[in-house]
Amino acid sequence: MSGGVQATARILARDDGRGGTSLPVLEGDGPLALRRTRGRGAEARVMLVGAMSGPLGGDHFTVEAAVEEGARLHVGSAAATIALPGQAKGEARYDVRLTVADGGELRWLPEQLISANGSELYVSTHVDVGAYGRLVLREEQVLGRVAEEPGRLSSRLVLRVGGRTVLDQELACGPGAPGGWDGPAVLAGHRAVGQLVVVRPEFAADPAASRVLGDGAVVMPLAGPAALVSAVAPDALRLRKLLDDALTSLG
Amino acid sequence: MSRAALLVLADGRFPAGGHAHSGGAEAAVKAGRITGASSLEEFCRGRLHTAGLVSASLAAAAVLGVNPMELDAAADARTPSPALRVAARKLGRQLMRAARATWPSVELDALAREFPKGAHQPVVLGVTARVAGLDAVDAAHCAAYESVSGPASATVRLLSLDPFDATAVLARLAPELDRVADQAVEAAGRVVDHGVDALPSASAPLLEIGAELHAAWPVRLFAS
Amino acid sequence: MHLDHHHDGPAAVSADAHRPNGSRRALRIGLGGPVGSGKTATVAALCRALRDELSLAVVTNDIYTREDAEFLLREAVLPPERITAVETGACPHTAIRDDISANLEAVEDLEDEVGPLDLVLVESGGDNLTATFSKGLVDAQIFVIDVAGGDDIPRKGGPGVTTADLLVVNKTDLAPYVGSDLARMAADAKAQRAELPVVFQSLRTEAGVTDVAAWVRAQLAAWTA
Repeated sequence: MSGGVQATARILARDDGRGGTSLPVLEGDGPLALRRTRGRGAEARVMLVGAMSGPLGGDHFTVEAAVEEGARLHVGSAAATIALPGQAKGEARYDVRLTVADGGELRWLPEQLISANGSELYVSTHVDVGAYGRLVLREEQVLGRVAEEPGRLSSRLVLRVGGRTVLDQELACGPGAPGGWDGPAVLAGHRAVGQLVVVRPEFAADPAASRVLGDGAVVMPLAGPAALVSAVAPDALRLRKLLDDALTSLG
Repeated sequence: MSRAALLVLADGRFPAGGHAHSGGAEAAVKAGRITGASSLEEFCRGRLHTAGLVSASLAAAAVLGVNPMELDAAADARTPSPALRVAARKLGRQLMRAARATWPSVELDALAREFPKGAHQPVVLGVTARVAGLDAVDAAHCAAYESVSGPASATVRLLSLDPFDATAVLARLAPELDRVADQAVEAAGRVVDHGVDALPSASAPLLEIGAELHAAWPVRLFAS
Repeated sequence: MHLDHHHDGPAAVSADAHRPNGSRRALRIGLGGPVGSGKTATVAALCRALRDELSLAVVTNDIYTREDAEFLLREAVLPPERITAVETGACPHTAIRDDISANLEAVEDLEDEVGPLDLVLVESGGDNLTATFSKGLVDAQIFVIDVAGGDDIPRKGGPGVTTADLLVVNKTDLAPYVGSDLARMAADAKAQRAELPVVFQSLRTEAGVTDVAAWVRAQLAAWTA
C-alpha cells in the first residue's frame, strides 16, 4: 500500500464537571475534518465532514474516539462516505477505534458507506465499552451507487463489553468476495445491509427481547449486555427506515 | 490419523441430531430464495464461506488443543442470532452424547462437565475429532461438509428435490470445500499463536435474519 | 490420542438405568403407530388416568413440531412444564429409532427440570407401520393402530404390530361403521405376536384406557422392583 493518503482524526470526550461534555481533543486531519455542532443537554455533538471524497485506493483513514467516564458524545457525518477506485494501487482501509468508559455514552451514527464500482475497501470497527458504558452504533453499507455494480467491500465489526468480545462479524461482498455473497444465504440481491448495536448495562439483568421487525430486520440479544439489529433492504432509504424503527422499538 | 474414523464422524447417519436441522434452508425455501438445485448450490456456497468457515476454524482450533471455553465464547460472539446459539448448543450436546458413547475419553467427559447444557457444536466436533485421533484438517473438512450437507438433505425433503441433483450440488462444491478446510486450518494455527480473535468471523445476514424468523414460526418441520 | 475408558461424568450410554446422581431414572414408554390411530388421544387418556398416582411427563415427536404437544396442552392433561416437543426434521421415525439424541435430551431435561419422575411417555409422530422405537430410548413400546385403518393391518404385520410390547387396537366403537371384523383382527394379531399382549379399546368412554393403564402400571412395577 503506497501513494495513498494517511489520515487520522481523534476525538476525546470528557465530563466537564458542570453537567456537560467537553472535547479536549478534536483533531481532524486532511480529508477527515471534524466540526463541533450544537449538542443537546449533557451531550457533545461532533460532525465528521468529508473535505474530500474518500477513501480512494491506497488511502488509510483512521478515526479514534474515546468517551471518558460520565461524558456523552454523539458523532454523525455530513454525508455518505463513498469508496472509490483510486490512482494508487491496492485497497483502501478505514479503521474506526472507539472506547467508552463506565458511565460514558457514545452515539455513533454516521451516514452510509457506499461501495462504488471498482473500489476496494476494508473497514474495521473496534469498539470497547466498559461494563457500565452505553453505546448506540449504526453501520450501513450500500453496494454500488444507483444502478451500479458494487466494488469489493469487507467490513469487520468487533464489540467488547467489559473486556469480553460479545460480537465479532465480518461481511465480504462485491467482485472477488468469497462465493455466494449475493446468493440466498447471504444478501440475495439486497443492496443495502446494516447493523445497529446497542449496549446498555440494564441488558445484563434484563436482555432485549428477540424480535422480528419484518422479513429483512431482526433484533437479537447478544451473549452479553448488548443487542444487535441486523437488517437488509433493497436500498439505503428503506434500510435507514428499518434501523430507525428498530431503535425506536428498543425504547 | 485414522481415515476410517473420519468416515464414522462425518457419516450423515452418525446419531448426533443433525437430521432435524436444515441449516437455514427451511427459512430460505419459505422465502422463495431456494427453489431448485441451482439456488440450493448458491445457498450452500454462501453458507460454506461464512458459517461453514467459522465452524471449520473452531473445530480445527479445538483439535489443536485451544481452550474449549475460549472457543465457545468466540462462537457466541460470532453467532448474533439467539436462535442459532440455542441450536448450536443443542447440537453440541447431542454430539457430545454420541461422541462419548463412540470414543469414550476423559477429555470428552471433562467437556461435558464444563458444558452441561452443551457447547457450540463445532467446538464439540473438534474435541471429538481429537479424541478419535483425527487431525485439524479432518475436523475442518467435517465441519465444512456439515455446513452444506444439512441444507442439501433438508431441501430434498422440503422441495422434493431430486436427491441426485442435491448430491451433485455437494460434489460441485467439493473443491471449494477443500479450500475452506485449508483456510480454517491456517486460521486455527493463528489462533494457537494469537488467541481466538484470530478466528474468522464471516457472517451471512440472511442466515441470521432467517433463523430468527424461522424460530418465530408456530409450525415448522426443522428445529433450525 | 486420548483414548481412555474411564467414565465418571454424566451418563453417556443412552439405556443406562441410572441418572448421573445415581438415582434410578424414570421408566420410558414409547407410543408409536400410523397417523390418526389415536396415539395422542391415548397419551391424553393415560395422563388423566395416572397423573394422580405417578409423577409423569410427555415428549412428543411431531411432524409439524408442536401440534401434538399443543393438543395435550389445550386438553390440560399435564402442567405445561411436563410436556416437551422434539422437532424431527420431517422424519419422525429417525428421531425415535436411528438418531435418538434429541429425544434423550428431552427426556433428561424433563427429569432435571420437573423430576423426580416415575414415567415418561414418548409419543412418536404419526408415521408408517415399520416405525419402532430404539431400545436406547424407551424401555417398552406400545403400538397403536385403529379399526378404521383397515382390519388387515394385524395380518400384514410389520415391526410395530409384531414386536411392540403392547399392541393397541383403537376406536373399536367404529368397527360396525367401517366394516372391520374385530375377531379376525384379534386372531391375526395373536398369530403375529404369539404371547405378546393386545388391547382393544375405545376412548369414547372414561373407562376406555383402563386396560392400557393397567399394563403401564405392571411395567412400572417391574421397572422399580
